[in-house]
Amino acid sequence: MIERDIPESIADRLESMDKNKRKEFLDSYHKALVEPGEAVGTIAAQSIGEPGTQMTLRTFHYAGVVELSVPLGLPRLIEIIDARRNPKDPRMIIHLEKDIRKDEKKANEMAKKLLEVFLPDICDMKIDVKNNQLRIETNDEDIKKVLMKYTEDETGGDVYVIEKESLYDLKKIQNKLAKKRIRGVKGIKKVFIRKEGDEYVLYTNGSNMKVVYGMSGIDKKRIISNDIRQIYETFGVEAGRNIIVNEAVKVLEDQDLDVDIRHIMLVADQMTVTGEIQAVGRQGISGSKESVLARASFEETEKHILMAGLRGEVDTLDGVPENIIIGQPIPIGTGMVKLAIKSSLAPKKPIEGKKETAGENKVLDGKVSDVKKKIEKLDSADYKALIEAEKKGENRKTLLKWLESQID
Amino acid sequence: MAVVRKKINEIKFGVFSPKMIRKLSSTRIYTPNTYDEDGYPVEGGLMDPRLGVIDPGIRCKTCGGRLGECKGHFGNIELIRPVIHVGYAKEVYNLLRMTCRSCSRLLLTEDELKQYDIENIRDFEREDIEKTAMKVSNSEKKCPHCEAEQKKIKFVRPYSYYEGEDKLLVTDVKERFGKIIDNDLKYLHMEIRPEWMTLETIPVLPITTRPSITLESADRSEDDLTHKLVDILRINQRLEENINSGAPQLIIEDLWALLQYHVATYFDNGITGIPPSRHRSGRPLKTIAQRLKSKEGRFRKNLSGKRVNFSARTVISPDPNLSINEVAVPELIALELTVPEEVSDRNIEGLRKLVLNGPKKHPGVHYVITEEGRRRVMDENKEFIAENLKIGDLVERHIDDGDIGIFNRQPSLHRISMMAHHIKVLPYNTLRMNTAVCAPYNADFDGDEMNLHIPQLEEAVAEAETLMKVQECIMSPRYGKAIMGGRHDHVSGMYLLTKKGDRFSRVDALKLVRDIIPLPKNKKSFTGKELFSLLLPDDLNLIYKAKLCRKCDKCRMEECPDEAYVKIENGELKSGIIDTEGLSGTLLNELFFHYGSDLTRIFIDKSTKMSIRAIMTYGFSVGVDEEDLPREALEKIRKLVRGAEDRVDELIQSYNKDELKTIPGRSLKESLEDKIMGVLGKARNEAGSIAEEYIPQNNASIMARTGARGNMLNLTQMAILLPFNGR
Repeated sequence: MIERDIPESIADRLESMDKNKRKEFLDSYHKALVEPGEAVGTIAAQSIGEPGTQMTLRTFHYAGVVELSVPLGLPRLIEIIDARRNPKDPRMIIHLEKDIRKDEKKANEMAKKLLEVFLPDICDMKIDVKNNQLRIETNDEDIKKVLMKYTEDETGGDVYVIEKESLYDLKKIQNKLAKKRIRGVKGIKKVFIRKEGDEYVLYTNGSNMKVVYGMSGIDKKRIISNDIRQIYETFGVEAGRNIIVNEAVKVLEDQDLDVDIRHIMLVADQMTVTGEIQAVGRQGISGSKESVLARASFEETEKHILMAGLRGEVDTLDGVPENIIIGQPIPIGTGMVKLAIKSSLAPKKPIEGKKETAGENKVLDGKVSDVKKKIEKLDSADYKALIEAEKKGENRKTLLKWLESQID
Repeated sequence: MAVVRKKINEIKFGVFSPKMIRKLSSTRIYTPNTYDEDGYPVEGGLMDPRLGVIDPGIRCKTCGGRLGECKGHFGNIELIRPVIHVGYAKEVYNLLRMTCRSCSRLLLTEDELKQYDIENIRDFEREDIEKTAMKVSNSEKKCPHCEAEQKKIKFVRPYSYYEGEDKLLVTDVKERFGKIIDNDLKYLHMEIRPEWMTLETIPVLPITTRPSITLESADRSEDDLTHKLVDILRINQRLEENINSGAPQLIIEDLWALLQYHVATYFDNGITGIPPSRHRSGRPLKTIAQRLKSKEGRFRKNLSGKRVNFSARTVISPDPNLSINEVAVPELIALELTVPEEVSDRNIEGLRKLVLNGPKKHPGVHYVITEEGRRRVMDENKEFIAENLKIGDLVERHIDDGDIGIFNRQPSLHRISMMAHHIKVLPYNTLRMNTAVCAPYNADFDGDEMNLHIPQLEEAVAEAETLMKVQECIMSPRYGKAIMGGRHDHVSGMYLLTKKGDRFSRVDALKLVRDIIPLPKNKKSFTGKELFSLLLPDDLNLIYKAKLCRKCDKCRMEECPDEAYVKIENGELKSGIIDTEGLSGTLLNELFFHYGSDLTRIFIDKSTKMSIRAIMTYGFSVGVDEEDLPREALEKIRKLVRGAEDRVDELIQSYNKDELKTIPGRSLKESLEDKIMGVLGKARNEAGSIAEEYIPQNNASIMARTGARGNMLNLTQMAILLPFNGR
């Protein structure tokens, strides 16, 4: 049994097994290994792509569970694979620190701290058309601070008045103020509190990993977002890879689709090999292929060919699409093996079925061109005999013709 | 058979220099006329006979080859004034900005350049260099080499440049580029001389790539590219005449711009910003870029995707008597498809008989390839060919039983959409297959068509047989379990057969297993389990839980009331029933991994056959009354629903009174909706579990619980009269 290619992580466990168990174990281990040359990437793509075709229409919603519906289905899967910068439905799950996680009040406080609040959410804002005034009524200190920058009028106490010459300008200011975030974390649109076991957990709509992670009162080991890019930016590539895997698995599991996690892991690995997250597509992995022909056959044909000409690129034809294009065997699976036999090792015995060459005429053995040379070297060749011998032997047309021409 | 393998090692891309274009050119093209009055091609015209042959019987004036032998030769057109190559318009602009307007050096100081290793500039370094160089000209600073003041350059799509207010002529661009030193180009990853991005001469494609078509009315219809080249030649000629006669600069510049337009559209007729060049009929011309681009272009249509010979396509239908490894091919198709076979002393007699059958009788022959060449076998010459058949000849014979064919159904979403089958030639007109292989192909028989390909080389056949044969594909690479195996009625049938109860007399048992497996001698009666056990290998030991399993807290093992505890001892089914988990789940996995694909295939073939016979002897039908519940259950459900309705009423009332507690993050109305849905959903689920409890053991529930078809949810929802909301 070959044991040298056993990964270290299981080598120890192997030691402790008895002989029979070990053999059984190694047998199934070797059976499970992928063979060299197997097109693992293609199979991974097919394994994720094929169930994708069945996904879209097969959503059966169990309504009524008052809960956050997680963005799922084909659109979400595409989002993950494309590594979109702004996912459609970012979410976070935030656990609280040990000493406050069972306190509903504290959880509520935390939620308040997170939720982003815009100026018009907590105050009245009205345009007085008659006087060209924007009146804002508030008793919130934070809002007052913001408004200071827009008006000198401090007398009104809780009422602020901004005067402008035209209605248009007023509207402009109003729109600007409407976008002012007064409190909370940027991007957190909604916060829900749910009781899980005996602790309170915050679920958010919208995600801002960087800021939330830096806040106090949060269990930093149990905070998660479904925004791949944010996870990558706060925790690095390895975390990015893991979140890609987890999110993709979630989508597929939700649809009851059975896909081996290794396929997804392979895709995630490929998306993160460079150290940053690359999308699968023209912007990312497929666009950065080495081969000109592969890129040209994918998208933006002329652009790639023109640039290849300018840069004097060389296509070394190592990939599958290039070799299909030029009509050569593709370097994958059985097409990858290069095997030749040394002529000295080749079987000397003539293969059965072929007639032996006439024994007395060793001159006729070998390639036609060699035979010609050999005969030319002879002082006096009996061409007629040679023709007869050749006819009995291999009966090579070109040689016969040449011999006949030599008679004349 | 000798296989010729051409090997291309690498392909280098580049841009032709004007010198190279002239060197490649077999003739200079100067006149826009193509044919004279007699219909002969004009010398120096676009159909010049030196460019190749497209008519049969004529020899090429350059190489002497006939149609098919001569691949065609390039010509060239000398442009009176140079133009920009549209494909490189953006690059020309960038290069103009990166180099000095007077000395043509890269706008980087020597010190800056020293930071980089000239032999190994990486992509991001190149981008840095480009940025720094462009900064100098954009901000109108001085050249670090000759101190000349730089000017900002503007690019007007698609191909004009302005320096300040002055238009840059192509001749100026060319002159500037000509002065750029090779060393500077290395920093920019430019492997070609930049002045080649302007064109002083353009290659004329050989006529074999733009053949003219002769219509029925004997009119000639030229290719789009020829039309485009005629345009270029016409303007070129007019420009020359005007220059020679000393026309005003304005007119010359207009014509020059027109020449630029035509050359640009010759390369790409889809440039944004300029109107596409049109045919007389108003259809936009298909020029070089259009020929290559997009789905219908050369790359995706002809290079990445290719058409094949030796293939067939027709409607499919089921045939349970075939093995999963087989495909039934109609005789009509078998008469068309051939496979080459080398004559040896072992098969020469057999092949001779085939040759004597001719091409029109089934196991026959279409061609025989001898040293003299390929000869078509016809009824007139078949005797002669058969007599002269020699060892070493190749015989292209009809496909026959046992040959390998690759069977495919589109869309080919995974590799198991193409699998190798053994061919079995049978009468009638459809391709037929075992129903167990429907799953990987995702096929049904409502009119689906499938394709069959015949591999032509021994290597291909061997590879297909060892790697692609159906039995080798039983395990899906997607999730590591079987994708083939008994489904639907196979499962119901096997459940009926293996459940406790009936004993079969020898006569009845024979009805179930004849042609499948021999009955053990000297045994008078059999249980269903014993009959099924005949299919299992003798040393199989396995314990697993069937799909039927309710997942009780404490398993009662052999005492399981549902017989979900499956125990196989030495190839005997001791307890439990066989359902999906057996026909295409755990049991099949065990067989595949421990006994190999051959045995698994045989198991699938035989178990499906046997279960179909079983279901036919028992009979199996489903009706509406299967979903009927006892009165007691209905009463319970009614009570439940009434309770839920009351709750909803309460909710609505509290909403109307504004007493409803809002769910954080939702509006009042949304909260009401959520809460109502919660109540109703809960009621539905509870009703479902009541129904499940009371649903009688009948055919419908057998199907749901064994995994043959449908699931419990479908059944209970039908039972509690829940409409499906159109889903």
